[in-house]
Formats: sequence, C-alpha cells, structure tokens
Amino acid sequence: MIEARNLRKGFGTQPVLDGVSFRIENGESVAIIGRSGCGKSVLLKQLIGLMQPDAGEVLIDGENIVPMNERQLLRVRRKFGMVFQGSALFDSMTVAENVAFGLRRHEHLTEAEVARRVAETLEMVDLPGTETKNPAELSGGMRKRVGLARAIVYEPQIVLYDEPTTGLDPIVSDSIDQLMLRVRDRFKVTTVVVTHDMRTARRVGQRVLMMHDKKIYASGAPDEFFASPDPVVRQFVDGVADPKETPF
Amino acid sequence: MNVFANKWVAEWLAGLGRVALLAWESFLSLITFKISWSDFLYQLYFIGVKSQAVVLITGAFTGMVLGAQTYYQFHKVKMDTATLAVVGVSLCDELGPVLTALMVAGRVGAAIAAEIGTMRVTEQIDALRTLATHPVDYLVVPRVVAAHIALPLLTIESICLGIGASYLVGVYLLGVDATYSWVNLLRYTHDIDVVIGLIKAFIYGGIIALISCYKGLTCRLGAEGVGRATTEAVVYSSITILITNFFLTLVLGKVASLL
Repeated sequence: MIEARNLRKGFGTQPVLDGVSFRIENGESVAIIGRSGCGKSVLLKQLIGLMQPDAGEVLIDGENIVPMNERQLLRVRRKFGMVFQGSALFDSMTVAENVAFGLRRHEHLTEAEVARRVAETLEMVDLPGTETKNPAELSGGMRKRVGLARAIVYEPQIVLYDEPTTGLDPIVSDSIDQLMLRVRDRFKVTTVVVTHDMRTARRVGQRVLMMHDKKIYASGAPDEFFASPDPVVRQFVDGVADPKETPF
Repeated sequence: MNVFANKWVAEWLAGLGRVALLAWESFLSLITFKISWSDFLYQLYFIGVKSQAVVLITGAFTGMVLGAQTYYQFHKVKMDTATLAVVGVSLCDELGPVLTALMVAGRVGAAIAAEIGTMRVTEQIDALRTLATHPVDYLVVPRVVAAHIALPLLTIESICLGIGASYLVGVYLLGVDATYSWVNLLRYTHDIDVVIGLIKAFIYGGIIALISCYKGLTCRLGAEGVGRATTEAVVYSSITILITNFFLTLVLGKVASLL
C-alpha cells in the first residue's frame, strides 16, 4: 500500500507540490495525469525516495520512508521496480546484463538461473533473443521494454512508470500499454503510471488522479473521470489551450 | 567583493565537507564488504594497466631531462657522478608520485567524472538506486580502491623507468662513469625515499578518485554540466595533489628524520 500525506515540494522559490495526499491499495492500478511541469515526475520520485519532500509523509506498507537515509531506503526499494521516461538503461552493459542487474545484486542465483530468468522476462516483453545487443542498437520502444524487463525481473510488488509512452508512435505506445496490463495481471503488482497520454491513462488506470495547481485536483474511475464536466478536467482531457494563457 | 569572497569560501568549504562525507561513506561501504569486486577489477585494469603508456613516457622523459640538467650544473663543480643520485632521490620523493598522479588525474579523473556525470544526466544513477544499489557501493568504492592500489604501482614503474632513462643519458650520451653513478645512487637513495613516494602515491590515488567521483555525482544536468564536471575534476584533483604534496613533504620528511 502506498500513501502520500500532505506532500510539499519546491525548487528555490517555486512551489511544485503543495499538500498532495492520496492512497493506493495493493494491486491497484493508478494513472497520475497532469500538464507538463505540474510535478507528476517529482511526485513519482518521492514515492520511491529518489527525491525528498520538503514536508509530508510517504508510507509504503505503513512505513514512513521520508526520514530514511539512502541505505535504509535500499531495503524499501526492493519492493519497487521503476521504468524511466528515457529508459535509463546502463549503456556500458548489454541488454541481458541490464535485465540481470537486480538479480545479480540481490539474489544468490547461479548464472544458468539468471540467464533463464532474463530470457523468460525478455520473452514476456516481446524481445526474445536480444540478450547480446547493446542499448545503443535499440529503438525507443525496445529500450522501454528492456527498462520494463529490468524493473520486473525480480518480481517487485510495486511498479512505477514515468511517462512510459512519451516519444513513441501510437502503435508502439499501444504495445507498451498492453505490456503494462500484462505485467499488472500476471504479477498482481501495484501499478502507478505518470502520463499525459490520455489513452494510456484510460486503459491502464483503474483510477485516475489529476494534478493541477500543485495538488490532486480530481480523481475517479476512468469512465467517470473522462466524462467529468469540470472545466479544468475537460480542458486537459480534450487538449484545448486557453488563448489567454501561455501553455508552457 | 566581500560578499562574493564570502560566498566563494562558503561554497568551497561546503564542497570540502561533501567530499569528506563521500570519503566516509566509501570507507563504511568498504569495511562492510559492499564493494562490487568485478567492477573493482575492471577499474584496476582501466586505471592501472591502461594508464601505463602515459605514465611511463612521463617518467622516462622526466628522468632524462632531470639527469641532463643536473649533469650540466654538477659538471661545473666536478660532481658528475652524483647526477644519478640526485635523480633517484628527486624521482622517489617528489617527481615520481606527483607527476604520475597529475598524469593519471588528467586521464582517469576526466574519464571518471564524464562517465558518472553522464550516468547522472541520463538518470542511470537514479535507476541504480531504484534497483536497491547504493551509488557509492557500485560506482565510487571500486574506483577509489583501484586508484589507491594502481597509483603506487604506476609510480614505481615511472620511477624505475626515469632512473633507467637518466642512467642511459648520463652514461652513454654525457659520458658519466657508470660504476660511480650506481654507487652514489645506492648510497644516497634510501628505502625511506621509496616508502615516502609510495605513501604519497597511495594518498593521491584516493584524492583523484574521490574528487572525480564527487564531481560526476554532483554535476549539473545537461551537456554543459558534464563538461564542467570533467574540467573541474582534473583541475581540482591536480591542485589538491600539489597542495597536499607540500604538506606531505613536510610531515613525511619530519617523520623520516626521526627514524
């Protein structure tokens, strides 16, 4: 279970989060949406302790991770897998070494067992036989899949996705959406997806949280949320720019 | 001006404190055996084996120049055969460890800062952390330990080649007597000179790796940030080596005189 309580974060004099609170149950799948620069990725990084909030609490299975130091956080992070916006693959390693990284560091497996788990996971993300390739040889969609394979190979309880479909064409985006659903259903993981892709939010999220004005502005089941008459929600969902406002 | 100076001093002290904390974190990681041994071996190869060419060329030509210059001065007072002894002591105590460290700082320090800086910019360090791996265990400690071990070995190589090259120049080019050169070298270059050189090299290895890792881990985002971190890693490592050398010379010289 993930719970954020009254999170606040600012950079210099610029506040980004101002009292963000929500709760995500085990096995639930939640999409966090909002405009570019509204603090979605900052929020996601605070859930796994990559970034410290200025105030507030983040509870993972009831344990507040905010006061923990980096070494204490390592234990909590074993519950997580995270897929980064730019994939963040280790470019000095092959695909297999990237995927095997977590296994080799934390599980005492034989090399044969590691190779078997890596092959199985790559098969699951539809990239069989790519073990010896280097990240530089892969397309954007393939890199996202390898990033996902690396995040799920040790079967975490929670998977965080930071803009998983950004920069991908609609067909590849659709395949990544399907993959996220496959991972969710197969491993029964808690899924948190930060995105501004409405289709991804609708398909992957069992609940949608919308960030606006440094807070969680609206939340609800996808059907209910996307039918909302609220003007702020409608403007974002329909993608309509306000001519009086500079949108960036 | 005063405000600017105060800010600069405050930032410098804060940076020094953060490097000290990184050193402490590395020490804790090392004594709890969290080091990645395969990475340590790779770093030992990268810092030690791959730096040999540049270090050996530096050592050889420094020995030759020092030998020739010393000969020209000593020849005036008929002390030609003391040339190699002066070269030996100078290389063991000062020039061997310092020049080796400066060359390694240029080659390895820049590479470490650029590699870790790029990892930071491309979120690879965040990825490491999400995979429950402490960046100090995985990135810093193997480099620091490898540099601590590689620098003394490279220094020994550099000193040996420098003395050998100086001998060749002195004996075969300038006509100094070979036997008296060796006798004087052995008479005036003591074990303690070699030990002082090795202690210095050991310390400089840590300085280069720690400062370069720190600069990489804290570099600003973007290509400019990586470039600046790389430059600063080399400059700060080099300056720290030169300043530390002065104090080490005073302290180790005092200790040696008591033995």
